[in-house]
Amino acid sequence: MTSKTTRMLSYRDAINEALQQEMERNPDITLMGEDIAGAAGRADQGFVDAWGGPFRTTQGLIQQFGEERVRDTPISEAAFIGTAIGAAAAGVRTVAELMYFDFIGVCFDQLLNNAAKMHYMYGGNVTLPFTLLTRIGAGVGSAAQHSETLYSLMAHIPGLKGVVPSDAYTAKGLLTAALRSNDPVIFFEHKLLYHEQCEVPEESYELPIGDARTMREGTDITLVGISKMTSVCLEAAELLAAEGINAEVVDLLSVFPIDYDHIIASIQKTHRMVVVDEDTPTCSVAADIAATVGEEAFDSLDAPIMRVQAPHTPVPYARDLELAYIPDAQRVVKTVREVFGS
Amino acid sequence: MEITHEALLKMFETMVTIRQFELRAFAEVGQRSLRGAIHLSVGQEAVPTGICAHLTDDDYLASTHRGHGHCIAKGVDVQGMMAEILQKSTGTNKGKGGSMHIADISKGMLGANGVVGSSVPLAVGAALAAKRRSTDQVAIAFFGDGAVNQGVVHESMNLAAIWKLPVIFACENNHYAESTPVEYATPIANIAERAKGYNMPGVVVDGMDAFAVYDAAGTAIGRARAGLGPTLLECKTYRYYGHAAFDNPKSYRSTEEEDEWKARDAIMKFRERVLEEGTLSQAEMDETEAKVTEQMDEAVRFSDESPAPGLSELLTDVYVDAPKGSLGRSSHLFT
Ligand SMILES: Cc1ncc(C[n+]2csc(CCOP(=O)(O)OP(=O)(O)O)c2C)c(N)n1
Ligand SMILES: [Mg+2]
Repeated sequence: MTSKTTRMLSYRDAINEALQQEMERNPDITLMGEDIAGAAGRADQGFVDAWGGPFRTTQGLIQQFGEERVRDTPISEAAFIGTAIGAAAAGVRTVAELMYFDFIGVCFDQLLNNAAKMHYMYGGNVTLPFTLLTRIGAGVGSAAQHSETLYSLMAHIPGLKGVVPSDAYTAKGLLTAALRSNDPVIFFEHKLLYHEQCEVPEESYELPIGDARTMREGTDITLVGISKMTSVCLEAAELLAAEGINAEVVDLLSVFPIDYDHIIASIQKTHRMVVVDEDTPTCSVAADIAATVGEEAFDSLDAPIMRVQAPHTPVPYARDLELAYIPDAQRVVKTVREVFGS
Repeated sequence: MEITHEALLKMFETMVTIRQFELRAFAEVGQRSLRGAIHLSVGQEAVPTGICAHLTDDDYLASTHRGHGHCIAKGVDVQGMMAEILQKSTGTNKGKGGSMHIADISKGMLGANGVVGSSVPLAVGAALAAKRRSTDQVAIAFFGDGAVNQGVVHESMNLAAIWKLPVIFACENNHYAESTPVEYATPIANIAERAKGYNMPGVVVDGMDAFAVYDAAGTAIGRARAGLGPTLLECKTYRYYGHAAFDNPKSYRSTEEEDEWKARDAIMKFRERVLEEGTLSQAEMDETEAKVTEQMDEAVRFSDESPAPGLSELLTDVYVDAPKGSLGRSSHLFT
């Protein structure tokens, strides 16, 4: 950490601050999305920034930077996300917000066939200073089309990077890094984290995209958490400590690339691993971690690698079903016990 | 267009049911502190009412996130709807979908949909199914003023037009998409103008007037049943509450504007007109309202007495035929 001054800041405010500081630093940055300001075109009637974004992450930006740089869009994800990619290709750093990641279907082509491939298929001719802000996660009763965690879908595509901040500190640092990256980066916000607070430096700082971090040192098992699941791992680690199991918790922070070195270094110490991932299990980031660790660190393992994930189903609406869907500390503890053969 | 006494009373009942249902569901959700968005269509009742008055259970309807009115006008059982929203196993979707996804195929209700614009081609598909079966069924695609800027909506109109499918593109222009005013998102005064590009009729209707909607829909549906293809029907209307009920719309629109629209309230205007014309009596309407209120009480009681979905429901309905392993290797952990 480079800064001296820190204070408690929420995840939401950390995102807002990273945007604000980078937009100040780089006058190119243009932001677009649905209701990211709100009441578009009604400044003359006294309505400005009516929403500040559906989750208030972009609040205040239109007042500071104006409507040329902070653009509310019609509901046209394919068009405005494609436009953002095109503007980036033409040299203007552009940030687009996809309100819920579930809506990826509407604009998938722009990410799959343009953002991900342009640099490669044009032989390095084109770079894309482009960031996609979006949000994931169940737990708010929004059912099948507003709750998914499908970052694994994007991790499958060569050419994209994706980060999954788990708290306000990593949100600010990773977003700042994304806003300085010349590769397309998808920034996955978790809906249940917006109000969570932690110490965050006032001045801007970057956290390298692709680095995991260790949240808790341990000797007996490595729990790998992704996004909100990192806090679930920490909760499980506390419960496990009471059972005499000393768990190490690794916060993945980046789902593509994945910091295998960090994970393997941890396993060389603990010899066991459980990956906790809210995404569905088939062809997932967690599956990839398990496979890669199996390939590269088999000799360090004393037990099979296990995963705690959502079931292979859409997200249900009713509260009890939704709670059963989302991995929780109890399920992690149960799985760890299985790893230890009890 | 002539409307029978019975149909007229039914239209009144439908509008009153939509309004009472939504306000009641919203209150019950609040009381139980249930999570999840609930989008109220209060203010817009005349639109689904006027359109669906021409339909039978055999016709189809594809709906949006703001779909309670569409469901009710299409004849979906309010008990099942209330139970769905209150997360019970007796809900239309067994408690798995909630307010934004109510569906009842037995009533031709193909489902409410949370992805803006996404349900429009489904109605086109239902119209294609009708054509393949050589019936005179029609399909209604409901969508908002915000949805008209989605590519899929345009692609759907084009497809329906070239294949002359029996579908009505029913745009509920309530003047806002979340906080975004329609005049910002769309550079034309009337969304109906967009029909020109697809060589289909584009009709602007006063969506606060159930009679006007009924007439325009009658013409469009008549054309569709006769094999003359689709129509774009733009119904100008207004939602009285915030986008998802809880949010405050005063941050993007004026009280004067709200009051102007409320002064043209569809239920109030309907009541005034039928009394003036002597086609329905005060007593009939009062009786209907009281009956609807009773139905709402009954729907809440029914929901309260219904069990929550069992945990095993998490893993059902993913596939019709779920061979071993199709729910993931760890599915045993969930039951
Ligand atoms: C593809 C997609 N983009 C964005 C959203 C978020 N969203 C939900 S409703 C809505 C506004 C829709 O406006 P409109 O079509 O006019 O329907 P209304 O809400 O007014 O009934 C938005 C932007 C969404 N659900 N789906
Ligand atoms: Mg609208």
